[in-house]
Amino acid sequence: MAVEILKEKYRSKVGEVVLGATKEQGGTRSHTITVGGESTLPFLHFEGEVPHRPVVAMEILDMAPEDWHPCFKQYFGDVYDDPAAWAKKCVEQYGADLIQIRLRSADPDFKDSSPEDCAAVVKKVLEAVGVPLIVIGCGKPEKDSTIFPVVAEAAAGENLLLGVAELENYKAITSACMAHQHNIIAQSPIDINICKQLNILIAEMSTAMVNRIVIDPTIAALGYGIEYSYSIMERASNGALQGDKMLAMPMIGNIGAEAWRAKEANISAEDEPGWGEQEERGIMWESTTAMAYLQSGMNILVMRHPRSVELIKGQIDDLMKDNSY
Amino acid sequence: MGLTGLEIFKHLPKTNCKECGSPTCLAFAMALASGKASLDACPYVSEEAKAALDSASAPPIKLVKVGAGDHAVELGDETELFRHDKRFFHPTSIAVLISDTEDAAASAELFDALEFDRVGLHYVTDMVAVQCASGDAAKFKAAVEAVAGKTQKAMILIAEDPAVMEAALPAVKDRNPLVYAANAGNYEKMVELAKANNCPLAVKGKDLNETAELVEKIVALGYKELVLDSGARETSKVLADLTQMRRLAVRKKYRPFGYPTIAFTSKENAQEEILQAGVYVSKYASIVVLKAREKQQLLPLLAWRQNLFTDPQKPIAVEPKLYDVGEPDENSPVYVTTNFSLTYFIVEGEVEGSRIPSRILSVDTGGVSVLTAYADNKFSAETIAAAMKKAGLDEKVKHRQIVIPGHVAVLKGALEEASGWEVLVGPREASGIPKFAKERFA
Repeated sequence: MAVEILKEKYRSKVGEVVLGATKEQGGTRSHTITVGGESTLPFLHFEGEVPHRPVVAMEILDMAPEDWHPCFKQYFGDVYDDPAAWAKKCVEQYGADLIQIRLRSADPDFKDSSPEDCAAVVKKVLEAVGVPLIVIGCGKPEKDSTIFPVVAEAAAGENLLLGVAELENYKAITSACMAHQHNIIAQSPIDINICKQLNILIAEMSTAMVNRIVIDPTIAALGYGIEYSYSIMERASNGALQGDKMLAMPMIGNIGAEAWRAKEANISAEDEPGWGEQEERGIMWESTTAMAYLQSGMNILVMRHPRSVELIKGQIDDLMKDNSY
Repeated sequence: MGLTGLEIFKHLPKTNCKECGSPTCLAFAMALASGKASLDACPYVSEEAKAALDSASAPPIKLVKVGAGDHAVELGDETELFRHDKRFFHPTSIAVLISDTEDAAASAELFDALEFDRVGLHYVTDMVAVQCASGDAAKFKAAVEAVAGKTQKAMILIAEDPAVMEAALPAVKDRNPLVYAANAGNYEKMVELAKANNCPLAVKGKDLNETAELVEKIVALGYKELVLDSGARETSKVLADLTQMRRLAVRKKYRPFGYPTIAFTSKENAQEEILQAGVYVSKYASIVVLKAREKQQLLPLLAWRQNLFTDPQKPIAVEPKLYDVGEPDENSPVYVTTNFSLTYFIVEGEVEGSRIPSRILSVDTGGVSVLTAYADNKFSAETIAAAMKKAGLDEKVKHRQIVIPGHVAVLKGALEEASGWEVLVGPREASGIPKFAKERFA
């Protein structure tokens, strides 16, 4: 007696977002990356399409990161002060699918760099690598709202992914994206209703933006509330497949930054002998966090450690293998 | 459970004799469906109908126990596909594989120490699998006994040759090990062994179809303490098979898949193995067998298991009390937050990150977060002042300053009045604590 395979019949699918633009499309990227489009839950190829594999972005900063664990020096120490070289190394040596640059230096508490300085850094990174680019502000809304218009204009045609837009301050960044045709990261605080509401508000500013939104559900690291984000994402994915258009956007998460904040990733084996060696523990803390989010439907994983990137790309290869019956 | 009144009605005599106390068979069926009546009340129900209704009212996935005493592990009895629909109940068992070609006693000793303490929780690598790689019954028996001598944790015996299994099993049968595995070629003999020693039995097919067929044959032989292996070893295929087994059991009540499941990693590299195991923990495996043994590799996997299997409806709380971060003295800063564990541990992590020895006062808010507790009046000037008093803060520090979360800045005035302390408004997000501390206390 053959087992009758149970396949869900979903009404809808996750929308697709295209990142980057080639010369023919008005940009300078060597290729574009499309995310989303899945018509089933993660990697269930037996019942639906997963047309685009999840991608891994590596995160860089526009200034040397004082707060990163010293174990990162051996990989990036030589390029910490040169974002263009840093980006190039991530792509050429460590296989980053795309680059996320955080404009931390613009923070008034750091260097208070001007919007023009920020735009110049973005341009340099664009020149150094051919992959699509994600640009994140410094996190201070007043400052970011002055940066986005300038960066968006300087990189017009490149079809960036810009972030982050939040419920309290989405207008400046949305306008910048609309004016220069970039994509936007809509961030909500582990709350599916706010997630949806923010998407609606951005869509109200311009319906053309609907296909340009990437959801950042705000993710927590392994051990620090990962199960909350995991479940919010599962609910959003189910909502998207059941036809809720305002939840049907691809999702992004800052895995590296969150995982490497955890004590478990950083503390030395001398200080916590029961937990084993530090660097491998950090790598596994980051990649296990990423593994979980692949299982809850994340499309763009922003990561930090070269080995974590390698491991998770290997797992994506495995998960993308057909499993039809 | 799970059956509608109409489905039950089909199995009743439909005579409307009223002897059960209900006016009609249909009414009786409805009462049964809602759990208000027992089938015993019907004197005329056939044995067949009884069996059918009994099996239909059984849980979708059987609970199976492996191991004995304090180290017994409960597997299965899951009812959901998504944890947000209710919760997952029985955490995936993580089994470390030991081969009979290695120094099994030494490995078992190392395995037994694979336990971890973090955030007030104790994580345990809860199973050990002993595999016959030598093909030699005597060697396998020796390895099984050596492992049993070094750890009390639940065991899996892996040998598909019944003669080899027969050599090792009786000596450790009181430990209630999982016998792995019955396959299409050996199942009659394996069932006999499992029955004779009263141990749970793994069933291994070469695909879902063969696994289902084998289960039916074994159930027909009268054995139901089963754990299923669909035979798949590639990540993507295992994910599909585990998903199908869970779905068919829970949604269709497909009996052949109504048992716990076991999955094996196939990666040679330990880091890749952990991530592969992570997929199977996430998606429905009851046991994952792997080779990785290093603490730094297993801790993240065990943390994920613990996180995934928490009850989403129940906030996890820490004990409401005064906590030390580092080695604070009478001049160290004091922070106050709720006893929602997530909030508490994030604050603790950041305070630790500030590298300034401090104290954190965790106020009993019934395990809810700062804003929720504030809205509910559980995190108020009164509750905080009371907690300060109860913790004896007055005696522990010389200064009279306390830091409250930025989100409840509004409490400053009232708390100063209620406690007589100076109230400092901290950052809104915990991530701002190191900078705040540097400016204030460094």
